[in-house]
Amino acid sequence: MLDKIKEFASEFFVTGDPLILGAQVSIALSLVAIIFTLTFFKKWKWLWTEWLTSVDHKKIGIMYIIASILMLFRGGVDALLMRVQLAAPELEFLHPEHYNQIFTTHGVIMILFMAMPLMFGLFNIVVPLQIGARDVAFPFLNSLSFWMFFFGAMLFNVSFIIGGSPDAGWLAYPPLSELSGSPGLGQDFYIWGIQISGIGSLATGINFVVTILKMRAPGMKLMQMPMFVWSVLSSCITIMFAFPILTVTLFLLFLDRYLGAHFFTLDGGGNPMMYINLIWMWGHPEVYIVILPAFGIFSEVVSAFSKKKLFGYKSMVFALMSISFFSFFTWAHHFFTMGSGANVNAFFALTTMLIAIPTGVKVFNWLFTMYRGRIKFTTPMMWTVAFIPCFVVGGMTGVLLSVAPADFQFHNSYFLIAHFHQVLIGGVVFGYFAGLYYWWPKMFGFRLHEGLGKWAFWFWNIGFYVCFMPQYALGLMGMTRRVNEYDFDMGWQPLNVISTVGAFLMGLAFIFQVWQIAHSIKFYKKEKDGDAWDGRTLEWSIPSPAPLYNFARLPQVTHQDDWWEEKQRIAAGGAPKPLAPLEPIHMPKNSGIPFIMSVCWFTAGFGFVWDWKWMIVTGLAGVAVCMLARSFSYDTDYYIPVDEIERTEAALRGTK
Amino acid sequence: MRPFIRMLTPVLFVLMALTLSGCGEQFIVLDPKGPIGESQKDLIYISTILCAIVIVPVLILTAVIVWRYRDKPGSKASYKPNWEHSTKLEITWWGIPIVIILILAIVTVRYTHMLEPSKALASDKKPITIQVTSMDWKWLFKYPEEGIATVNYIKIPEDVPVKFQLTSDTAMNSFWIPQLGGQLYSMSGMAMTLHLQADEQGSYFGSGANFNGRDFAQMTFTVDATSEEEYKSWIEEVKSTSPALTMEGYEKLTEPGSSEVMLFSSFPVGLFEKIVTQYINGDGGAHQQHGSEPASEDADTADSAAANDESGTDNNAHHHGGH
Repeated sequence: MLDKIKEFASEFFVTGDPLILGAQVSIALSLVAIIFTLTFFKKWKWLWTEWLTSVDHKKIGIMYIIASILMLFRGGVDALLMRVQLAAPELEFLHPEHYNQIFTTHGVIMILFMAMPLMFGLFNIVVPLQIGARDVAFPFLNSLSFWMFFFGAMLFNVSFIIGGSPDAGWLAYPPLSELSGSPGLGQDFYIWGIQISGIGSLATGINFVVTILKMRAPGMKLMQMPMFVWSVLSSCITIMFAFPILTVTLFLLFLDRYLGAHFFTLDGGGNPMMYINLIWMWGHPEVYIVILPAFGIFSEVVSAFSKKKLFGYKSMVFALMSISFFSFFTWAHHFFTMGSGANVNAFFALTTMLIAIPTGVKVFNWLFTMYRGRIKFTTPMMWTVAFIPCFVVGGMTGVLLSVAPADFQFHNSYFLIAHFHQVLIGGVVFGYFAGLYYWWPKMFGFRLHEGLGKWAFWFWNIGFYVCFMPQYALGLMGMTRRVNEYDFDMGWQPLNVISTVGAFLMGLAFIFQVWQIAHSIKFYKKEKDGDAWDGRTLEWSIPSPAPLYNFARLPQVTHQDDWWEEKQRIAAGGAPKPLAPLEPIHMPKNSGIPFIMSVCWFTAGFGFVWDWKWMIVTGLAGVAVCMLARSFSYDTDYYIPVDEIERTEAALRGTK
Repeated sequence: MRPFIRMLTPVLFVLMALTLSGCGEQFIVLDPKGPIGESQKDLIYISTILCAIVIVPVLILTAVIVWRYRDKPGSKASYKPNWEHSTKLEITWWGIPIVIILILAIVTVRYTHMLEPSKALASDKKPITIQVTSMDWKWLFKYPEEGIATVNYIKIPEDVPVKFQLTSDTAMNSFWIPQLGGQLYSMSGMAMTLHLQADEQGSYFGSGANFNGRDFAQMTFTVDATSEEEYKSWIEEVKSTSPALTMEGYEKLTEPGSSEVMLFSSFPVGLFEKIVTQYINGDGGAHQQHGSEPASEDADTADSAAANDESGTDNNAHHHGGH
């Protein structure tokens, strides 16, 4: 009996590596610590009623952000391990297998479990407040989306200590990702982790498109929406078209692995090139999905801190929408070297270059928003100002890569690695940081310490250039991506060492940010009113943090930057708008079903990974029961009575 | 001063990239030794300069605007909080990128056709053919006309066009000799054609650029370009001193693992064609083991001929496995 358990455990857990053993022990210890703390302080009920079952978009947004910061830590540690391995030639710090696992999980985690949830967190917190809504269109679905993402991410991450991590690259090209190339369980964790969270992402996309189109405050025309809302709309439309492709592609790969189908294997009549095409038909729009909202954030921040209206609003909207449209016609530029022929390559080179035009226009519009403005260098604005040159250079190297015949020399090299990190860090990460710093007071009702934020900013920025500029050069020296070691006589070492130093500077920057948050919580100072930055849009017209129902009275919108115009009008001696009488507010009730259903999906996914039929059946049956339970529950909403609103408002706004 | 420093970093990078190019033998992509690599280098420079025409002014403009319009007491810079539109300006910055991209597009389309990898190089010398197979985790090179084979090593004569035929026995890889020219995928079930040439004698670095599993990093090889006489005597030497590659020997090579340089005086007839067509198989799904058939029972002669067909080189002949 004992032997059987031992044998099972040695298969079940990843064994034989001190690094992973350390992780296993520390994960077990943290779990014990969390359970103990929750029990000791009797917080289980609070956790369940206030957070796990919440359908409040603001709380869901905060949970998204916490999860994404944890994932940033995991993905960042992966990155540092890789950089250590590459710091010297022929180093034996990591085995090739581990190196391959680490670059695979680094890519998946940073894009799907860090950037996406950070983005969704900001969507959730900001969009309803900016359009004057009380929640998203489908609050229950919103909660389900979050928990599907969360348990999908957990399923993926658990492969680190149980069963083994995937190691076929972040997009898992077959035949390497087929049973023949990856007989282990890692690839199954990959498929189910991404699959489950991908369904959540698709639902979020639909949810926000409907929210933006149907839930805007009375009077707010489409062309009066804040630019961030426009960027969310363009991003979510892209999600709606792109994510189904991912779901189908991974499902076919699953059929190949689980049932021995031959969609992507050559024996049996399949074709791996089909997978590469399909995955990039999702993969390319995916990077625009994450960058478009960052463009929206920069537009908000640059206007707020230049004390000036956003320049070229119509151009900006047109640019966002055309980028989202063209993002679907560039996928083959990821494999110009597949030998598709000159005409195909020329077509995809041109569509790729085309995207540079609207993107360039946006940069000019941001610059001319600052032009004749009054620029205040707060942390959100610093991230925005740092973004412009970084993204412009990153965009330029992108155009160089799009020149198909030249790409034959850049492809798969560190030049490419440097390029996409420059646009993803310089664009997406800088953007989301700007957004996080900008809306932090709105989320939590207190400010982050500016001084520590500036330290973090400088470490991030200097670290970024130190890390990635040498990688452009390494690419031109012929260093290819995903090599776990290189020969001494290639002369790649000096630049690799510099790059590693840069990566650690960014690691330090992250520590500064954690310190900044901890410091700001310790010296908590409540925001006096909701308008932390003398803002322009509706979210700044309500207290921080916003009450459950957001707006006691739905705002009547007449302008773009409505809150700013209203403040200007009153400053010029205008009378405040008369307050309409309060009415009971219709709100959705919390529900435990999204959480339970996602646990069931996790169970089914885990069962599929190990091919434990009883577990698959249990999990899927649980999903079905949850769906039925939801279909037959009619008690899903309630009204907040007027006197309760009055009490809440009086408490939030001081004496009023 | 701070914003300036921030602006300067990328500018410095651009300058660094420009000055470093040309000098430094380590920048092998920018130090080509063959016509294809040469054209690709030209194209890299042309596109960099075209992009720089927009980028450099934008970076300078950014620095100037951020500096001039920063919020400081008594700033004399103008402040127009409601200035949000100018048709003239917006036409300008829609126009400039459109023009630049248009020029770049024309250049790109021309070069894309010119540098199509399956296009034979203009030369009065007869090209030599090398059949390339990426394996787990080594490269097998076969010289069908000379009858020899090598692992992880290529020798070619200078000034003679080389026609590489690429396939893979396992996962996809990418065949890249930066100083001769750009890479092309090696994929199983098909033979792709890449024409390259070395204009100078020398020793060039080659690698597998596309990740294909555990020992992917070991898939580097050396390309020696020598005089024709030296090349010919090398062929003779390999023929007379090296062992033959037998079918058993090939099967041993298919076992996963990296490999040292190996030289073979001969190889089984039709081996490359066999690797390319191993998935063409009537009974749908039954996996044919690599090279498990004896060489004499070559059932795919017709397909083998097609894979080796000279006439099919205008476009890369994709021989898809299966039906």
